[in-house]
Amino acid sequence: MIGYELPPYALGLGIELDHDEDGLPVLHMDFSERVLGRPGFLHGGALSGLLEMAGIAALRTELARRGEDVVLKPVNVQVEFMRGGTAQRTFAAGQITRAGRRIALINVTAWQDDRAKPIALAQMKILLSPAG
Amino acid sequence: MSTGKEPPSIHDMEPGMDFDPAMAAKFMNKRGHGSYIGLRYHAHGSNWFELALPWRAELAGMADSGILASGPIISLMDNATSMAVWTLVGSFIPHATLDLRVDYMRAAVPGRTVIGHGECYKLTRTVAFVRGIAHDGDIDDPVAHVTGMFMATHGAYK
Repeated sequence: MIGYELPPYALGLGIELDHDEDGLPVLHMDFSERVLGRPGFLHGGALSGLLEMAGIAALRTELARRGEDVVLKPVNVQVEFMRGGTAQRTFAAGQITRAGRRIALINVTAWQDDRAKPIALAQMKILLSPAG
Repeated sequence: MSTGKEPPSIHDMEPGMDFDPAMAAKFMNKRGHGSYIGLRYHAHGSNWFELALPWRAELAGMADSGILASGPIISLMDNATSMAVWTLVGSFIPHATLDLRVDYMRAAVPGRTVIGHGECYKLTRTVAFVRGIAHDGDIDDPVAHVTGMFMATHGAYK
């Protein structure tokens, strides 16, 4: 389970939990006017938004499993756009490369009809600080 | 100046068509993702372009704090740097974002409009190198720094 509610930004873009995969969430985002860039293609910013939401969802899921209550502060993200996203559902899933006490490094992949052909990759660094 | 011939969106422009930033400012972001997140023209110069992203609760990354998600900041900077490239080139050359790196200095203050300053600092035939700063009132106290590159997909930048 994703273990928390997606924020207003994600809900507005139509981002939803698709399914769990090996204990980590896969999110999806349907194609709509709200995520449209050039005609017929996904906007790079909306795609980046989906990637970041998937990365944060993966990290939150892992931290909840460990029973850690921490505040997440994004430090940076680098997005590589590999293929134009077309007018169809887009999926994204994060892999936690390293989650220590202070910082987490997450790799996120986005794909559409063929998972073997990712349309974008993101690498995120997120600072972890104790809640409260 | 409205000529009555303005295309309905940036993307309806013909490749190679003259790019007039002041005119583009009028019809940009009237549809699609830019319209949904509420991007607006702010200012431009010879190789830079600024867009404004007014704060809205629907763009929050956390419902309770109202702090903007980082996604809208990326969209803001993607569009501002893209417009900066066409402003420098002087014509509309269709292109694709190859990569964008965003370093977040701090969260934007809820309620404040975020300004995205995008600049094209180097142009080759097929690659445009861009950088930018997002701030919420004071450019010396930035919300984010951005670097990235675009690739011309139809024709060349120069």
